[in-house]
Amino acid sequence: MENNPSYFTSRLNEALGWARKYSIFQYPFVTACCGMEYMAAACSHYDVDRFGAGLPRFSPRQADVLFVVGTISHKMAPVLKRIYDQMAEPKWVVAFGVCTCTGGFYDNYATVMGIDTILPVDVYIPGCPPRPEMVLDGLMKLQDKIQDQHTTGVRAEPEPRPDLAETGAER
Amino acid sequence: MSAMAALAASVAERFPGAVTASHDYRGDDTLVLCREHLHEVAEFLKQDPAMQMNFLMDLTAVDYSTFGRGPERAFFASSGVAVRPAPQIPDEDPWPGPPQGSRFAVVYHFFSTIHKHRLRLVVPVEDSAPEVDTVSDLWAAANWLEREAWDMFGIDFRNHPDLRRILMYDEFEGHPLRKDYPVKKRQPLIGPVN
Repeated sequence: MENNPSYFTSRLNEALGWARKYSIFQYPFVTACCGMEYMAAACSHYDVDRFGAGLPRFSPRQADVLFVVGTISHKMAPVLKRIYDQMAEPKWVVAFGVCTCTGGFYDNYATVMGIDTILPVDVYIPGCPPRPEMVLDGLMKLQDKIQDQHTTGVRAEPEPRPDLAETGAER
Repeated sequence: MSAMAALAASVAERFPGAVTASHDYRGDDTLVLCREHLHEVAEFLKQDPAMQMNFLMDLTAVDYSTFGRGPERAFFASSGVAVRPAPQIPDEDPWPGPPQGSRFAVVYHFFSTIHKHRLRLVVPVEDSAPEVDTVSDLWAAANWLEREAWDMFGIDFRNHPDLRRILMYDEFEGHPLRKDYPVKKRQPLIGPVN
């Protein structure tokens, strides 16, 4: 059906995307200080429930979106990968805060330099910590992505990570 | 002589061969011990009625191998403007400096909740044999603190019941807070080295 889309099926997929983007069940993988900011953004003052994301699930089996909130150390990395692998498709990943995006200022022996080295990431929300507006903006971008995937039937590829060796940047 | 200085003096008097130096920089009494006598001095501090150091506040280590050799004066990378070093405020009672002639120092901070006094012990440790006696038989808190000092600095605590890594993972090689550990060297369990 995907190869021969008719009017009806494409509208059905769009409806499916609409339903999915307004019922995001998150798995908050909270490891560090960004967690406080995540809680503030998720609670009633900024209210992610307006976007249908107000019901965090603390089981990866029941979650759609993995929110990685806070610094990921090399010791924690296998755990995060395992959590991601346990989630059922369709699944998305949000990198919350600059430490999860790039490692932030933790350029040392302990820290993973961005979770996109171990997982595909859909939305990056930089900031130390990000403003709640940025979190909500990221959430809406994720909704757009979910809707788009169902409308076009193609999942957007994660942005490629620039190869440091090619750019000649100093490690 | 303050009450604190009297405390340090009484330890120095009781163990004349153990205490190699002492100072009370900014009101913190410090004794430099040779490591052979660490355990007996610690036992004395714990059990003597006049001491009763029942609280081991902190136990850590210092790597002095690059001490005094600071980086070049910093520049703003984009502008090339030199940053003026912080003005040196003259100190009437200057810090006596690190213990001489040894790379590491293991530092113990003791406090007595009964007498409300505190004392710091500094034990210099050479690079060739970085080991001291454990005090985990006297203070249970020393167990994890010594594991941390071993994990980060590679200092071996003799007779420790369970000396293994506490912060890093078992696969990690080396001791990351040693000054000769490369600043950016990473040993990821999964994913690329980046």
